[in-house]
Amino acid sequence: MSEELFPEPEWLSEEVKTGTTIIAVTFDGGVVLGSDSRVSAGESVVNRVMNKLSPLHDKIYCALSGSAADAQTIAEMVNYQLDVHSIEVEADPLVCSAATLVKNISYKYKEELSAHLIVAGWDKKKGGQVYATLSGLLTRQPFAIGGSGSFYINGFVDAEFRKNMTKRECQEFVVNALTLAMGRDGSSGGVAYVVTIDKDGAEEKCILGNELPKFFDE
Amino acid sequence: IVSTFNNYNDLYPDWTQTEVSTGTSIMAVEFEGGVVIGADSRTTTGAYIANRVTDKLTPIHERIFCCRSGSAADTQAIADAVTYQLGFHSIELDEAPLVQTAASLFRDMCYRYREELMAGIIVAGWDPRRGGQVYTVPVGGMMTRQPVSVGGSGSSYIYGYVDSNYRAGMSKEECLKFTAEALTLAMERDGSSGGVVRLAVISEQGVERQVILGNQLPKFSTV
Repeated sequence: MSEELFPEPEWLSEEVKTGTTIIAVTFDGGVVLGSDSRVSAGESVVNRVMNKLSPLHDKIYCALSGSAADAQTIAEMVNYQLDVHSIEVEADPLVCSAATLVKNISYKYKEELSAHLIVAGWDKKKGGQVYATLSGLLTRQPFAIGGSGSFYINGFVDAEFRKNMTKRECQEFVVNALTLAMGRDGSSGGVAYVVTIDKDGAEEKCILGNELPKFFDE
Repeated sequence: IVSTFNNYNDLYPDWTQTEVSTGTSIMAVEFEGGVVIGADSRTTTGAYIANRVTDKLTPIHERIFCCRSGSAADTQAIADAVTYQLGFHSIELDEAPLVQTAASLFRDMCYRYREELMAGIIVAGWDPRRGGQVYTVPVGGMMTRQPVSVGGSGSSYIYGYVDSNYRAGMSKEECLKFTAEALTLAMERDGSSGGVVRLAVISEQGVERQVILGNQLPKFSTV
């Protein structure tokens, strides 16, 4: 009887997902990663300021999407494995190594996990790199997009991406793409987190809702 | 859309058991003096492309067209019914029908039979009272006027592109280029859209149709 009068809110039983928009783009000398900040459980937004760009090492970050728990766990495990690896080799790890560690976990447990991580960073050997690790594949790309919001910006990134952009242009491109996706995807929103990685290190920035660019329908 | 009524698994090819769908990319843009409409040309039955040169831009009246997406059978039947109703109405009135009237007729049918139908339609045209207009009647049967509207399965991929590149007050040529580029991007990403891009300009002067073949489509750096 009490269940009918006060039904249990669905967010208590719904899985927490980062229905998301994530993007990583290479520019001449590094990479820029971007994400929105919304975490939803069913129809509820359970965190509106979550930073989905997780550091794996000083100059290697990953962007999380899919199931929040799965994605965070993978990122933490790889962070630990990379720390051990970089101590063993006495050097900064390669982005390719980080991506391979993520891919190994994603592939081995692909039936149990539902998370997609984009790995991006800078290393001495190959400069700025972006790797996509969807469902356990590993592929290096000039840029990568992921999450539910990414469908809406496929056309935009196909049309607007150019190789060898400057750092400034790349950051603008990422912010524009995130804003457009957050405008159309109900599961993406909040603020935009942007991380720029080059040979000097990683710089994190947060762009609030009212500072985001406006497009014709606003 | 995929519906398998008789699941013979591997006995028969997939396309004998799946409904014909215009999994599609369609688009319409208003400009000063008229509208530009565009569509891809692919009709699929499951994985088989039943028609690779489909014309999804269907005339409803002299200066009113509709772009069809969803079930090919449903949208053709609705378009035929509305064409009849609008023709009759126009004769009674003894003047050119309004685009809004055509859109309302589509909306009435799509809403009344919403449970049975699978149709997403964009109605666009020119009339002397309000000039160029675009009305969208998506699945479910609502109707709303928009300066630019996209529809079909391929449309999801170009919302970002359309939101960022549309400006009010574009000329006819700019609208044609904008539509062709947006549809090309959608066709590249959506497996159910492809073929050629069909465009039409509707204005006071009448209707001008054109086709852009595969090798003449605009090219993008990563595509």
